[in-house]
Amino acid sequence: MANFSTNEFKSGLKVMLDGEPCSILENEFVKPGKGQAFNRVKLRNLRSGRVWDRTFKSGDSLEGADVLDVELEYSYTDGEFFYFMDPVSFDQHAASADAVGDTQKWLREQEKYEVTLYNGGPITVSPPNFIELEITETDPGLKGDTAQGGSKPATLTTGAVVRVPLFISQGESIRIDTRTGDYVSRASKN
Amino acid sequence: MTDWRPGANHVIQRQRAALLADLRDYFAKQRVMEVETPLLCRAGVSDPALENFEVPCGHEMRFLQTSPEYAMKRLLAAGSGDIFQICKAFRWEEQGVRHNPEYTLLEWYRLGIDHYQLAREVGELVAAVLERPGWQIWSWQAIFQEVLGAGAHAAPREELEALAMGHLGEIPLGLDRDSLLDLLMSHCVEPAINDWGIVFIIDYPASQAALAQQILDVAGEPRGARFECYVDGTELANGYWECGDAAELRARFAEDNSLRKARGQSDRRPDEQLLDALTAGLPPCAGVALGVDRLLALKTGAQDLDAVLSFAWSRS
Repeated sequence: MANFSTNEFKSGLKVMLDGEPCSILENEFVKPGKGQAFNRVKLRNLRSGRVWDRTFKSGDSLEGADVLDVELEYSYTDGEFFYFMDPVSFDQHAASADAVGDTQKWLREQEKYEVTLYNGGPITVSPPNFIELEITETDPGLKGDTAQGGSKPATLTTGAVVRVPLFISQGESIRIDTRTGDYVSRASKN
Repeated sequence: MTDWRPGANHVIQRQRAALLADLRDYFAKQRVMEVETPLLCRAGVSDPALENFEVPCGHEMRFLQTSPEYAMKRLLAAGSGDIFQICKAFRWEEQGVRHNPEYTLLEWYRLGIDHYQLAREVGELVAAVLERPGWQIWSWQAIFQEVLGAGAHAAPREELEALAMGHLGEIPLGLDRDSLLDLLMSHCVEPAINDWGIVFIIDYPASQAALAQQILDVAGEPRGARFECYVDGTELANGYWECGDAAELRARFAEDNSLRKARGQSDRRPDEQLLDALTAGLPPCAGVALGVDRLLALKTGAQDLDAVLSFAWSRS
C-alpha cells in the first residue's frame, strides 16, 4: 500500500497504526510560533472501534490500510461464522463473531449490511439504521391498556430482547431503530 | 457546481476592512512609515521549521517569502527609520484551523528599543483591537515551571522526553531537544493558557533565538531576546530584539542548513543582500510579525480561519 504523509491525512483515510487498521477522524496541525510542527490526529481502530489520540511530527507518514467498505447481504450462520454475500458478484465472505459483534442482534437473512473488509476479510459489520424483525415471545397484551403507553419485554427471532408497547403480540413483526435498540412501530405490510 | 462562495460573510469582510484601516491609522499616528517589499525573492529561508513555496522563474528559482523580514531589514539598513508593512506571506504545507499557507502578516520595526519595550507596544495595540483589559508577561522559564512544574532551560534531552511522555503519553520517537521543547510548548503550555487572555512569553532558550540577539539573563545564562504574544492560547505575534551581526547570522544560517541536511531538507543559501546590508549597518531595533487573520479571528470569535478569509486554501 502507499504511504500517506501527515499533510495528506484526511477524515476517512484508512491507515495502519501499531499493526491495526484505523480510520482517521480528525487531523489538527499544531505549530508553536517558531519551531517543529506537529499533527494531532484522532483515529478509530477499525477492529476494536476504540478512538486513539496520537501526535505525529509533521511530515511523518503511515502506511495505507487495505480497507474497503462494501454492502453485503446476510445469508446464514453455521454457528461459528456468519456468511455474507456480494449481491453483484455472489462472492461469499465469512465473518467471525468478533467482527459481527453487537450487530448479531440485528441479523436478518437477505438484509443488506455495511461490511468493512480488511485485506479482503470482514472486520466489522454495521446494521441498517432500521430493521424489521419478528417477535418469538412476549406476554399477551391486555386489552384497554393501549392508552397508558406501558411497555413489556419481547424476544425477537435473533434472540435480542426489546421493549414494546403492551398491544403488540407474539408473532408480529416490528420495526426497530438499531442505533438505540428502541421499538419504532409495527412492521410495514410485507 | 463548485463551491465558489467566500468563507467570510459580509459582516466579517467589513470587519477585516475596518481592522486594516485601524492598523494603518495607528501607525500613521505613530509616524511609522508604510512600506512595500517584494514577495517573490531570490533567497529563501534557512530555518528548518519553515519551507518556502518555490517558483520557477525562467532560468532561476525564486521563493515566495515566509515573511518580509529580510527586505525590510535592507530598508532599515538603508536609513528608512521606523517602518511597517501589511502583506501576504507564504508557508508551504502549513494548513489547519489556525494556519493557511497564504496569509496576511503585519510586520513592523522600531529603532532604538529592545524586545521588552516592543512587547509593551504590541500589548497596547492588541489589547485595544480586541478590547481586553491588559496583558501578562512571563519569562519562558517561568511559564514552563508554572504549567509543567519543571524548569526546562537546563534540562537534558532525556529529562524533557520523560516530561513530555508524562504529560502526553505517546509521543513521536527520537525528537531532538528543541523539538521536545516545541512539543511541550504547543501541547502543554498553549492549551494551559487558553483562558489567560493576552500573554507574552519572553526570553527564549538561546537555541531558539532565530534572528534575535543573544542576551544574558539575571543568572548570566544566554537567552534569545525574543517574545511570542499569545491570546487565549493562540500564537499571534513573534518579536525580536534584532541581531544585526552579519557574521553571527551567517553562522546561524550555516547551522540551519546542516540541520536541514540531516533532516533531508534542501539547502537554502543565505540571503547575501541581507548579510551585506547588515555589514553596512542595521540600526539597533526591535521588530515583530503579527498574524492579521488570527487577530481578526480572535476579534470576531471565529474558530476557523476559513471564516475570516475570503477564500482560504481549500477555496482558492
